[in-house]
Amino acid sequence: VLHTTRPLHTTQQSLAPVPPLPEKGGEVRHGLIPEEFFQFLYPKTGVTGPYMLGTGLLLYLLSKEIYVVNHETVAAASILTVIVYAVKKFGPDVAAFADKLNEEKIATALAMKNEAIQSLETAIKEEKKEQWRLEGRNYLFDAKRNNIAMLLEANYRERLMMVYNEVKKRLDYQVAMQTLKRQKETDHMIQWVEKNVVQSITPQQQKESIAKCILDLKALSKSAHAAV
Amino acid sequence: GLLWERPLMEVRLGELHAWISTCSFSPQGLLGAVQKAWSSYCAKYIHVRQGGPAGISMLLAGYCLLSYGWNYQHFKRHRWRKYH
Repeated sequence: VLHTTRPLHTTQQSLAPVPPLPEKGGEVRHGLIPEEFFQFLYPKTGVTGPYMLGTGLLLYLLSKEIYVVNHETVAAASILTVIVYAVKKFGPDVAAFADKLNEEKIATALAMKNEAIQSLETAIKEEKKEQWRLEGRNYLFDAKRNNIAMLLEANYRERLMMVYNEVKKRLDYQVAMQTLKRQKETDHMIQWVEKNVVQSITPQQQKESIAKCILDLKALSKSAHAAV
Repeated sequence: GLLWERPLMEVRLGELHAWISTCSFSPQGLLGAVQKAWSSYCAKYIHVRQGGPAGISMLLAGYCLLSYGWNYQHFKRHRWRKYH
């Protein structure tokens, strides 16, 4: 639950960035006694003061046998010799190895940080490009408007064509009907006239016309005979 | 700064009594003091870029002295001389 009344981020963040480690530790003389002790005694006793103190303490402990010399002393002496020799001989190599490990860790962390920064920068550039692209939206809308206008025009013309075709079809039908009617009327009239004429030829007229035709034919045959 | 906010190293000998009277001797106080001492020792000698043998050797030497002190009664029996 986040208490919205609590102020957020009012003080400086104490966790990050972590301050870097100090380069060297506190100064220590002979590997055992911190330098502060020598500095503490320097004003009163000078440079040899702590050493005199050490010698005096050692002699006191030995003479009063507060420190007892036994087999453990020999063991401690030999162990100390070996340890000091090992440190003096292999110290720098081990230190270099440890430093190399540290360097590798730092290098990987740095690489990750740089990679993250790079990816974020490319993201920012992409975003800016998208924003620039957005400015061209007017052209896009104009093109779309043109498209739609063209579609509407085409549709309108199509419908116009359809209307024209339909009207023409109907008018043609009417014209065809009229021509057909007139044709039928003429045919019927011709037929009726012919029928009436044929009917009006009586049998008497037929005989007279046949006889006249025969006479004409004879006259023609005579003239033809003569011509040949 | 103020007396009870200074670390022990910066307290002068004459003010030692006053300084001791300001620190708390409850379990939490003692634990806090031990933790502070340990963390300051670590920060000074162990968590550094180039530490030497000093960091661990001081701890080992302190352990040697402590163990000698705890077993002193046993060592007293192996003295070489009777009278000092």
